[in-house]
Amino acid sequence: MTQLSQKHLLGIKDLTEKDIQLIFDTADTFKEVINRPIKKVPSLRDITIANVFFENSTRTRLSFELAEKRLSADVINFSASSSSVKKGETLLDTVNNILAMKVDMVVMRHASPGAPHFLSRHIDANIVNAGDGTHEHPTQALLDAYSIREKFGDVAGLKVAIIGDILHSRVAISNIFALQKLGAEVMVCGPNTLLPRHIKSLGVKVELDVFRALQWCDVANVLRIQLERQHIKYFPSLREYSLYFGINLQMLQKLDKEITIMHPGPINRGVELSSDVADSKHAIILDQVENGVATRMAVLYLLASQK
Amino acid sequence: MIENYQAFDVGSPTGASVRLYPHLQYFWLGNFFATKILFYLCSQYTMQKRLILNPDLLSITINRLCHQLIENHSSFENTVLVGLQPRGSFLLDLIAPQLKILTGVEVTHGYLDSTFYRDDFRRRDIAPKAHETKMDFVVEDKDVILIDDVLFTGRSVRSAMDALLAFGRPNKVELLVLIDRKYTRDIPLAPNYVGKEVNTLAHQKVLVQLEPEKQNKVWLINEENDAA
Repeated sequence: MTQLSQKHLLGIKDLTEKDIQLIFDTADTFKEVINRPIKKVPSLRDITIANVFFENSTRTRLSFELAEKRLSADVINFSASSSSVKKGETLLDTVNNILAMKVDMVVMRHASPGAPHFLSRHIDANIVNAGDGTHEHPTQALLDAYSIREKFGDVAGLKVAIIGDILHSRVAISNIFALQKLGAEVMVCGPNTLLPRHIKSLGVKVELDVFRALQWCDVANVLRIQLERQHIKYFPSLREYSLYFGINLQMLQKLDKEITIMHPGPINRGVELSSDVADSKHAIILDQVENGVATRMAVLYLLASQK
Repeated sequence: MIENYQAFDVGSPTGASVRLYPHLQYFWLGNFFATKILFYLCSQYTMQKRLILNPDLLSITINRLCHQLIENHSSFENTVLVGLQPRGSFLLDLIAPQLKILTGVEVTHGYLDSTFYRDDFRRRDIAPKAHETKMDFVVEDKDVILIDDVLFTGRSVRSAMDALLAFGRPNKVELLVLIDRKYTRDIPLAPNYVGKEVNTLAHQKVLVQLEPEKQNKVWLINEENDAA
């Protein structure tokens, strides 16, 4: 199979296991490309991609932009803070105006869950979801799973714990879908207030004790506390959170096995991860960033090749 | 139809003949099958698969190609072999060990995938699948021998030359192919070393089987009536 089953990448939920494997196989070839002396291929030279970000982002946006440029696509950037959205334009109008300038693909981040799904029903261009509110962040999940596959050879059969603010995390939801489709066991861990009430219906284990979660897992994917999305207090203080749910090197040394630590970034050092863990050999955080460019190249390439 | 016959139904266009000659109603059916069988036999005859290189002849050809390479590159000091993925790599895997036997030196070689450099991206129905590129050297100032199994339109060799530039500026690029399909080039391009020249028509196919687990063979497949 050389083609994705979907025209857009809206969420991991819509992808099949074969789709994910195809993205990984393609990402392998792109990872080789970005490690060459000349890191660029001309595949998307006749394609224009708009990066439409209605919400702040550094890593994802840079990663997408780099992926697009390494594929030789023409790139235009748009951020809501400096645009007519402030003047009252609707999402559909904004995007239709961009598409009228002959844009082939849209990479979009939006604060409202389902915004890219809404767009996909009204426009013709390929859409890549770069995060929609607290819903999904598919490329992050793909690069996380790809990094696990790279480290362990296969995702199937592994135990992965997702630790932190599950309630506000689109990374967590997409990761659960991706890892389960690839045959891994998933556990979520965090303060009770930050676990969605019906999370068990996704077929994940729930653990409230972070040390027990670390003992169970092969890989721990640690998430940031998303204070900007928390409009009420979910726990007394960051200091208390870090005391009960922060991961430090002593904890990892107490385990009877070596586990791998992942983090989608940005890290709040001293809150969810101590500095000695973030910089240790357990952490593959910077590998994740490198793989992010390769997997995004793969996604863009595979979506663009469909026309 | 039997009922029609008894009731003298004149509504049917074949009614009259059926009434007079009831067995005739099966004539068209029989004719239909006869046509099918005839057509099948014709297509069997024209869709032939002709062996153009058997295993013995193929190993002689590869041996000859190796000797030609040695003639031009003697010590292979500044020469690298690059197999074009996916099928040129199988040929490279036959040539590289043979060169080692003949010259005693391990010639530097790598595998190059040119999928991302193709000029038919988004113009095909199905996207070409990318393969692994394994080039752990740069080709700056090197004499590069590109190796592929079949030279047809020349477009994949063009994309490979593009892809090669990502690894530096070679001193010289040569092309070795096992089968040169003459008169089918879309691009002004000629091979330096040829295993066998074959005159083919556009609808014909050359099938090269060099996979390690199978016997090495080359067929010419005639698909003239395959589409019909």
